[in-house]
Amino acid sequence: MKFAVVVFPGSNCDRDMAFAITEALGQEADLVWYQEANLSDYDGILLPGGFSYGDYLRSGAIASTSEMIEQIRQSAERGKPVLGVCNGFQVLLEMGLLPGAMLPNKNLKFMCHDETLIVENNQTLFTDFYQDKEEISIPIAHGDGNYYCDEATYRNLRDNRQIVFTYGSNPNGSVADIAGITNEQGNVLGMMPHPERAVDALVGSEDGLRLFQSILTHWRNNHAINA
Amino acid sequence: MPSMLEISPEQIEQQQLYRDMGLSDEEFQSITQILGRRPNYTETGLFSVMWSEHCSYKNSKPLLKKFPTQGQHVLQGPGEGAGIIDIGDEQAVVFKVESHNHPSAVEPYQGAATGVGGILRDVFSMGARPVALLNSLRFGSLKRPRVKYLFEEVVRGIAGYGNCVGVPTVGGEVQFDDAYNGNPLVNAMCVGLIDHKDIQKGIAAGIGNTVMYVGAKTGRDGIHGATFASEELSEESEEKRPSVQVGDPFMEKLLIEACLEVIHHDALVGIQDMGAAGLTSSASEMASKAGTGMLMNMDLIPQREEKMTAYEMMLSESQERMLLVVEKGREHEIADVFRKYDLEAVSVGEVTEDKRFRLEHHGQIVADVPVDSLAEDAPVYHQPSTVPAYYREFQEMETYHPTVTNYGETLGDLLKQPTIASKEWVYDQYDSMVQTNTVVRPGSDAAVVRVRGTDKALAMTTDCNSRYIYLDPATGGQIAVAEAARNIVCSGGRPLGLTDGLNFGSPENPEIFWQMEKSVDGMSEACTALGTPVISGNVSLYNESFGGQAIYPTPVVGMVGLIEKTEHITRSSMKQSGDLIYVIGETKPEFGGSELQGMMEGRHFGKAPEIDLQVEAARQEILLRAIQQGLVQSAHDISEGGLAVALAESLFDQELGCEVKVSGDVIAALFSESQSRFIVSVSPEDQQAFEAMVSEARLAGEVTKDGMYRIKENDEVVVEEQTRELKQLWKGAIPCLVKSKA
Repeated sequence: MKFAVVVFPGSNCDRDMAFAITEALGQEADLVWYQEANLSDYDGILLPGGFSYGDYLRSGAIASTSEMIEQIRQSAERGKPVLGVCNGFQVLLEMGLLPGAMLPNKNLKFMCHDETLIVENNQTLFTDFYQDKEEISIPIAHGDGNYYCDEATYRNLRDNRQIVFTYGSNPNGSVADIAGITNEQGNVLGMMPHPERAVDALVGSEDGLRLFQSILTHWRNNHAINA
Repeated sequence: MPSMLEISPEQIEQQQLYRDMGLSDEEFQSITQILGRRPNYTETGLFSVMWSEHCSYKNSKPLLKKFPTQGQHVLQGPGEGAGIIDIGDEQAVVFKVESHNHPSAVEPYQGAATGVGGILRDVFSMGARPVALLNSLRFGSLKRPRVKYLFEEVVRGIAGYGNCVGVPTVGGEVQFDDAYNGNPLVNAMCVGLIDHKDIQKGIAAGIGNTVMYVGAKTGRDGIHGATFASEELSEESEEKRPSVQVGDPFMEKLLIEACLEVIHHDALVGIQDMGAAGLTSSASEMASKAGTGMLMNMDLIPQREEKMTAYEMMLSESQERMLLVVEKGREHEIADVFRKYDLEAVSVGEVTEDKRFRLEHHGQIVADVPVDSLAEDAPVYHQPSTVPAYYREFQEMETYHPTVTNYGETLGDLLKQPTIASKEWVYDQYDSMVQTNTVVRPGSDAAVVRVRGTDKALAMTTDCNSRYIYLDPATGGQIAVAEAARNIVCSGGRPLGLTDGLNFGSPENPEIFWQMEKSVDGMSEACTALGTPVISGNVSLYNESFGGQAIYPTPVVGMVGLIEKTEHITRSSMKQSGDLIYVIGETKPEFGGSELQGMMEGRHFGKAPEIDLQVEAARQEILLRAIQQGLVQSAHDISEGGLAVALAESLFDQELGCEVKVSGDVIAALFSESQSRFIVSVSPEDQQAFEAMVSEARLAGEVTKDGMYRIKENDEVVVEEQTRELKQLWKGAIPCLVKSKA
């Protein structure tokens, strides 16, 4: 499986994401500069963390108007898996692929540590390697990770089972402890915690690896059917 | 200069305007002699920044020469942007520490942020990818509102910059003492990795080659920053807020990626960052090092503001700028690399044969001076030194021995001292994991970062107990180096070398100069004994606040070690109940400069703890060998607060318990800060092998599962506390101090 890791000016988890794919998952990943490439050759699209355009104006806001955005939207519409982590999640919110918005953490400070996440929906292409309600340890590292949406949006997310991960102990003030959500179709996942930082026990945890394995297995199964 | 009414050379001399720029009468005369005429305003500015202590080390040079800088693995010693040490496999580690004390004292967020930015540029301008940041911070009492503000903003500034550029902040140290009430210390260290073939130099070689300017435009910020950093803080310092630069970490991130791409381009001849004294220092140093001259056209300098004078452009310390020398005719190839990152590379001058530094502005030559006179010919001062009265008094005092009645309560109080308490409030704000190589995160003895693609890792730490150095700079200097090395060894690494961040008061005060002299002597001796050459460093003097109170002498040691195999990586946290606890090293009743003394007496006095460097070296070597053999479960050096504190810290991670026996002088056994001591845990099956190897280790007790921290004297329990409760005191202290209304 071949992944595109989209690199915006100021992305800084791009190489980590690529290493997670190439070293831990054993698949291909290209770092794709936001002006350059054609995403149509890729099987999965990864939007990494960082501070695109310095997060000036609003986190993810400037990146969400850049050249690459239409291609990301088309990839999502074609049903390809699209994963946005941290700043990537913020970009997905800003471009409207996912509902809601990000506020600064409730304590107004950047925070970086391991968090316990609860898998709220293991029936997605990103999570079927996890048990339902399984508790996993994944690091967070963000200043604007306080997910906000209105009541109606929240009910929709809940009723459609789009809430995929919640925090065991809410660190940032997110509505309903939300840590990660998908779109209605379930092929676009945005999450603040960093699964690509949890693919190697030497540097902390391996709990994020199964997210990538889920994507890969899902893709293989689809290919088998299509073939 | 058209339209501007520039001050004439005569006025500069007659009205002694050079004094405002920090030049002395003698220095001005010397410049006049070099030039054979009076310098104009721009030239006076060039000399004033290049001859400032910050750029020329004119007061500290005679001391810096004493440091051992050679070693088998040293590829680059002091003199370039950062030092370089070989780590095998055609790879090397690049590191340096730098201070940003004065800016942080008046504008803490930007002062700290740009300190991080500057040290990053020192490292990536060598061609290395920055892989870790550390820092060493000193503040006054957190009970003071101003100190609290400085503390919060400095931490926020470091986080704001480091997090954005995607380099993990993996470790460091924070200490608090009244000596820093008016003058905080903010030292930032950067560690980079490089392939030997990529090592760059900041040289302007090749007559006729083109000088290119890259990065942020030049504004009026930071003018005379280097001069500001070379004088005491005063009531007027607040007015120097405009001397503090403003950072743009997004621009820095683009520069990092672009520069690491451009170093592979064969049209690049030299590259250097514009740090202190901005364009002046980078340009003149690059030419001086290459034995060439340089002609720059100031009209071509990218400018952020209108009508800037040559003086302002040359002295600006606007951030995120680099100077490149490029083969003539191939400028567009270099510009293309930068364009990808939305950065403009502009040709602003050329390398000349005449060894002169010439600036052209609006069609006129506005400066024409010998290039070496700026970069090499600054005066060197051998300041007088006097043994301070306080030192004599301390040496003659009777040995201080405190009386403690409730050991458990005292331990709890010590754990709440901000210097000892958990720094989680600080490091939680730093992205310590980006790049996904951080094996040991902040909070252990040293941070550990793996070298991807190999089975090796780097251990790194910053250390300096300035109280010991205040009491006795020679001994304290030895201890600072030894303690850093201990932290590296406890993590499973062999110390490779160090970078020094020398922070002192005014060198013109003979008692302060004595502190400098003695602490450098002490550090040098320890460097030799422990085989850790000094490969880079920084000097920050005039750290004195309103009223002339100097800080404690604080020569920060930033050390990096090599861990040969990741399986050697060791943490300070004990792992499981049943493991045996050993203490290595003898305990004497030494409380001078101790945390306990400060807590009970409100000040530090008496003698510093003793240290024997031969014993230290041998002990570190044998412990490292035991760790490499896999005989050690955890290792922690015994430092501030003594054994009682070190033991508690080792138990907190898993909230384990312990039962440890002490005898003799219980107060000393628990709280003395005798040097060269370690506390290690060993699995019972390794007992024989460990004891055979580390023969001087004393079996002190074992790790228990009941979560009770228990210490016995003979068979009598003298401390019995719940580890969890001790941990809460330790964790809660700093958040509580920050929140409380002063």
